[in-house]
Amino acid sequence: MNLRLHIWRQAGPSAEGSLKAYDVNNVSEHMSFLEMLDVLNEDLIGKGESPVAFDHDCREGICGSCGMVVNGVPHGPERKTTVCQLHMRKFKDGDEIYIEPWRASAFPVTRDLVVDRAAFDRIIQKGGFVSVNTGNAQDGNAIPIAKTDADRAMDAAACIGCGACVAACPNASAMLFVAAKIGHLAALPQGQAERDSRARDMVLQMDAEGFGSCTNHYECEAACPKGISVEFIARMNRDFVNASLKG
Amino acid sequence: MKLNANIPDGPIQQKWDKHIADSKLVNPANKRKFTVLVVGTGLAGASAAATLAELGYNVHAYTYHDSARRAHSIAAQGGINAAKNYQNDGDSVWRLFYDTVKGGDFRAREANVYRLAQVSTSIIDQCVAQGVPFAREYGGYLSNRSFGGAQVSRTFYARGQTGQQLLIGAYQALSRQVGLGTVTLHTKKEMMDLVVVNGKARGIVTRDLKSGEIESHMADAVILATGGYGNVFYLSTNAKACNVTATYRAYKKGALFGNPCYTQIHPTCIPVSGDYQSKLTLMSESLRNDGRIWVPKQKGDTRTPDQIPESDRDYYLERKYPSYGNLSPRDIASRAAKQVCDEGRGVGPGGLGVYLDFADAIKRLGQAKIEERYGNLFEMYERITGENPYEVPMRIYPAVHYTMGGLWVDYNLMSNLPGLFVLGEANFSDHGANRLGASALMQGLADGYFVIPYTIGGYFAQGGFDKVSSDSAEAKQAVAEATERVNKLLSIKGKRTPASFHRELGKIMWDLCGMARTEAGLKEALVRIPKLREEFWRDLLVPGSGEELNQTLEHANRVADFMEFAELMVTDALHRNESCGGHFREEYQTEDGEALRNDEEFAYVAAWEYNGVGVAPTLHKEELTFDNVHLATRSYK
Ligand SMILES: Cc1cc2nc3c(=O)[nH]c(=O)nc-3n(C[C@H](O)[C@H](O)[C@H](O)COP(=O)(O)OP(=O)(O)OC[C@H]3O[C@@H](n4cnc5c(N)ncnc54)[C@H](O)[C@@H]3O)c2cc1C
Ligand code: FES
Repeated sequence: MNLRLHIWRQAGPSAEGSLKAYDVNNVSEHMSFLEMLDVLNEDLIGKGESPVAFDHDCREGICGSCGMVVNGVPHGPERKTTVCQLHMRKFKDGDEIYIEPWRASAFPVTRDLVVDRAAFDRIIQKGGFVSVNTGNAQDGNAIPIAKTDADRAMDAAACIGCGACVAACPNASAMLFVAAKIGHLAALPQGQAERDSRARDMVLQMDAEGFGSCTNHYECEAACPKGISVEFIARMNRDFVNASLKG
Repeated sequence: MKLNANIPDGPIQQKWDKHIADSKLVNPANKRKFTVLVVGTGLAGASAAATLAELGYNVHAYTYHDSARRAHSIAAQGGINAAKNYQNDGDSVWRLFYDTVKGGDFRAREANVYRLAQVSTSIIDQCVAQGVPFAREYGGYLSNRSFGGAQVSRTFYARGQTGQQLLIGAYQALSRQVGLGTVTLHTKKEMMDLVVVNGKARGIVTRDLKSGEIESHMADAVILATGGYGNVFYLSTNAKACNVTATYRAYKKGALFGNPCYTQIHPTCIPVSGDYQSKLTLMSESLRNDGRIWVPKQKGDTRTPDQIPESDRDYYLERKYPSYGNLSPRDIASRAAKQVCDEGRGVGPGGLGVYLDFADAIKRLGQAKIEERYGNLFEMYERITGENPYEVPMRIYPAVHYTMGGLWVDYNLMSNLPGLFVLGEANFSDHGANRLGASALMQGLADGYFVIPYTIGGYFAQGGFDKVSSDSAEAKQAVAEATERVNKLLSIKGKRTPASFHRELGKIMWDLCGMARTEAGLKEALVRIPKLREEFWRDLLVPGSGEELNQTLEHANRVADFMEFAELMVTDALHRNESCGGHFREEYQTEDGEALRNDEEFAYVAAWEYNGVGVAPTLHKEELTFDNVHLATRSYK
């Protein structure tokens, strides 16, 4: 198939950006979306032009490196699928495709489609962990954990930290990301000791990073490639209120 | 050079405890005076950095990723082994040790493997305490599955995302220390060189991938936890950025490279679909718990799988290896797949594939159970191939997956360069010539959480650390060399992209140094690689500058090292006149096509010393002794 791409090009964090059009021809339906971009980039390099910068690594939908807005939708049209796992059979000959970076003031553009997501790491550093030094642990089976709790923890822990939730939200809120981590640890006995302080400290850091607030649009859940449920946001809000009441 | 593995005396069961008891300690107040650089934040690096910081050392951690959580470890699917014997099925430290030595085709160091099996149980405890959501049974206790090369169920897992959950656990432990100010984290910084002062590893040179700045960082010890080099083949199951640069540059600075030819080809990956292919996707070994592997009995059978009756199918693993069946170890299962495809019985485009069929399991357990066990893998398969594996069998083919070779280290995980420690997939240590499934995660975390915290203290307690600074001649020279190299890559301005060179190199390696190797083929590779390297340095094209985010430049810099490293790998493969584990030399096989070891001449670790680009390296041997496991022909029949 032959396609026309409109791709956001921006030379650096403080440079002006704009959409530029490119034609790519003979695209196979078996290619992944990123392989299609690889073909474009090889072509651009050959012509001495600068290739399109985009983040990627595992190409298996698990590392959370990749991320771009495809035709207005983070990670593109296939639900519960990262853009690296999106395949060209979802498109057809003659399609025009608009490709842009995540847009959020807390995620400044580094170059083209690459954004800086260090804010997520700083939120985790405030409390997204269990404070247990190596060597402190008791036997792994000492505390039985109900399968439903373990499963719920896993549902939340499946987050890959890609930032699609922020990109999808009209307020660029990071609630789903933060709630997923809080929900993961709150579902387990190991996470109880620091439950209150964790919720408080992570939420405060999220605000300090300049993410917007949640006004219940739930676009985040629809965009999440791992299908993480907004239910975790409600749970987090309860934890945050509890923590605030206790001071 | 005399290689000393520094294995403690005494019975194997007591070596590690005795070693800990005999090691000198560093006083708590003095620990913060020691600076440790940890390169890599995968399972091995993140666990080491977090634990060393907890102990009080001053730690700096480096990764070329934008976040520590993105290391390639995140992609591990199937699980992690530990000798817990929760299943009461006869597992023990001894059995895990034995399985690993045998699985490695008797080319690993016994003492290291025993220690690995010993600490395996603490890893599970530590991860549970961190909140890793391992799979549980209804009673609330930890669940296990089986992996290849074992007859017990000792693999712990978190759905099909075990590596992700373990890495997130280690990343969170690391993040906690970053928050406490005990670890300084340097993201988007790629190590370009090792700085050696007075024979000791004392620092690294990094390039900032956003600004292009090249600088040195000095310390008292350097830990490399930079992963494996499978991407020398271009197509592999590794993440795109995985590369050999850190370990290869250390090799060029005097560290010995151990067993570079030992690479693992994983039997169950999604076959190549076209020449645009950028990487290969693994279908976890855990699928072989329930999936059955088969091909048609007849050559050139073009019927669809549902049209082929049982009597016309060859379940070749079950036939050839009845006691392990579909759970035969990886090297054996991969070679068997290649064999049936070479006979013309392969399925799918080009005949390069075999079926992995779940029909029986779905009939026996129901689709819901299969979905619960492998749902995300099935979805991934369907996304990539457009076929529904609940309805038609998966098509799979072997692909490069893991590298057992790596920098040579002693029992303390220290290389021959004092102060240079190497952990995780980057070292050569525990898996011999073939790694068993679910043992890489175990080894990475064993090294980082439970070995290095003890052994590095023993090194520091020896004393003799004068201050070194970035103004030292050695540091300045290393920075100058790295800068010159970047400039050189940019200034060639030829016609070919780094990706096109990488692809071509990978094809040479896959064809001539892949699943089956011959003397003639390896010799041919030794002619073709230097030619390609010469062309690389003459005709490379890298647009843009070195003072910005330049992904083509990053790739070119990594390919440049693969171009030299490939020759080392082939040299090692050519010298090893035997077949063992993942190293299969066609000249050395039994009548029924199994690997034929030569223990008389090759029961050693080949540790290579650098002598210059294109110059033959010097071989050093560490003889392996087997005092506890009887050297035997490996049989899974
Ligand atoms: C698809 C797949 C599935 C797997 N499944 C399993 C499984 O189920 N069970 C199992 O036991 N094993 C599995 N493995 C193997 C296992 O995942 C790896 O061997 C292991 O995770 C390697 O961990 P590591 O910490 O050594 O390195 P990595 O996780 O590869 O980390 C390397 C780190 O080093 C950094 N780095 C590298 N070079 C530089 C440099 N020059 N400068 C700065 N930083 C650098 C990277 O940024 C990264 O942080 C699997 C592997 C693959 C490919
Ligand atoms: S590249 Fe890893 S999730 Fe897409």
